[in-house]
Order: sequence, then structure tokens, then C-alpha cells
Amino acid sequence: MDAKRESEPASAKMRTTVERTSERELVVTRTFNAPARIVFEAWTTPDLFIRWWAPKSLGMVLRSCEMDVRVGGGYRLVFGADASNTHAFFGRYVEVKPHTRLAWTNDEGGDEGPVTTVTFEEKGGRTLLVLHELYPSKDALDAAGTGAADALGETFEQLDELLVRLGGRAGRS
Amino acid sequence: MLILNYMVQYPQTRFDASFAALSDATRRGVLEQLGRADASITDLAEKFHMTLTGMKKHVGVLERAGLVTTKKVGRVRTCRLGLHRLEEEAAWIERHRRLWAARFDELDKVVEDLHRKEKVDGRKKRE
Repeated sequence: MDAKRESEPASAKMRTTVERTSERELVVTRTFNAPARIVFEAWTTPDLFIRWWAPKSLGMVLRSCEMDVRVGGGYRLVFGADASNTHAFFGRYVEVKPHTRLAWTNDEGGDEGPVTTVTFEEKGGRTLLVLHELYPSKDALDAAGTGAADALGETFEQLDELLVRLGGRAGRS
Repeated sequence: MLILNYMVQYPQTRFDASFAALSDATRRGVLEQLGRADASITDLAEKFHMTLTGMKKHVGVLERAGLVTTKKVGRVRTCRLGLHRLEEEAAWIERHRRLWAARFDELDKVVEDLHRKEKVDGRKKRE
């Protein structure tokens, strides 16, 4: 029964789905094998958050993480393999409903950042997590995750710009 | 937290080919030109003050990177922007999916630890 389920390795990984639901929205879903309060805790406690937000498998290093999890409270994440080359991500929490719902702004990119909303829905001891990102414009979402730009510097920024320009034109023709 | 913008998540080989193709000013010019209208290799050679052979080489590089496709009709080879952009769409989703999947696989471990701890603590309290 329960004991058996517990003894099973957690390696039976759940599926992560990503869908662009509109020009300005991205939705990510994932189920976790634990109650919502636990998933929420892992999302709102800096010491825990730092353990998973920057997966080592992707070569990311999260150097520090501060979060003041309440409406209007700020967070600040600093990434970087060494102290001389860091990159900060920051914003404010706009909704905090313990174990249920969390929303924050992403302000590092000025006006182009999305509002991210995460809902935690518990069912039968499991939690369905839905992460929703609403971007201010289609262009801002198009640009998210294109790349390379920040990591590899100016050359790639130019490349990105060129591809965007070309794409825009090709799209209109 | 838009870390994706900070990461390099391109499939390496294609990225290399695209980057190599775009590292040349003439080839960037050719792409801009083709963004405005399809053109033959002859047109492009003239526009960029180049020999036909030179332009063929440039177009070949762009073609291998998927940035340009060519089609020969009679004696004229016409160039147009490639399907690269469509692949980009799929790659775009895949980059996001890969990031979140990697994160959530790590989050599984954290959640599992907490869950186990909570059970042990609960048992202790009951004892």
C-alpha cells in the first residue's frame, strides 16, 4: 500500500509540458508526488529554492537568493560562475496565497518582463503545478529564451537582432 | 527570473553552422536582401559586386546552415530565406521545456526530502 509507494524510487519522473497558449502567454505544467504545502515551501524558502532553480545539468550557478515572500515583497537572484561575471534577476511578489498561488514580476529586463503566476493544486496527495507567464507583448515572449545573447555577448546579440529582423520581415511577406 | 535569456541552449552543431554562416558581412547582407525579395545568384552577385563563383560559395554556406534554400529553374538558381525560422519555433519551445524539466527534476528531490522529513517528524511527534 502506502509503504510500497514510498519505497518506489522517485525516479519515475513526471512529464513537464510547455505550451505557448497565446502570443503573450506561456504555460508550463508538472505534477509532483507530494502535497501542495511541500511544493510551495520548496518554492518560497531561499535555502530550498537555491537547490533546484538553477539545475547543474544546465551549467547554471545560482550564487545567492533573497526572497521576501509577501505581497509587495521583493526577490533577488544572482547567477554567475564567478564573482566578476554575475547576472541578477529580480522583481516583486504580487500575489501570495500559501500553498495555493504565487505570482511575481520579472523586472530585470525593464518593461519587457512577464508576470509569472504559479498555482499549486493538490489532488490525492499529489500536486499539479501550473506556471503561467504573461508577457507585455508578443515580441517580448518571442525574445525570451532565444538565447545566447547575454551569455555570449555582443556578437550573439547582433545575431539575434538579425534573425529577429529577418523573421519579422519573412513573417510579414 | 528569465534565466533562459542567460543560457546557451542551442543544439550545438546547428548553432555553429548558423553562427559561421552569419559571421560574414556579405552573407548577412544576402539574408537581408532575401528578406526583402527572392533573388537569383546572378542578381546577388551583381548586387554585392562579386563573381558568380564567389556568391555561389556564400549561398552554399547559408544553405547548409538552413538559412537559405535554392531552387533551379532552367538556368537560373533562385534563392529564398530558408525554413530555419520554423525550426526555430520548435527549438524555442524545446529550450523552455528543457529548462523547466531540468528544474522540476531537481525540485522533485527537494520535495522528496521535505516529504520524508515531515513524515519522520510526524512519527516522532506521535511516539
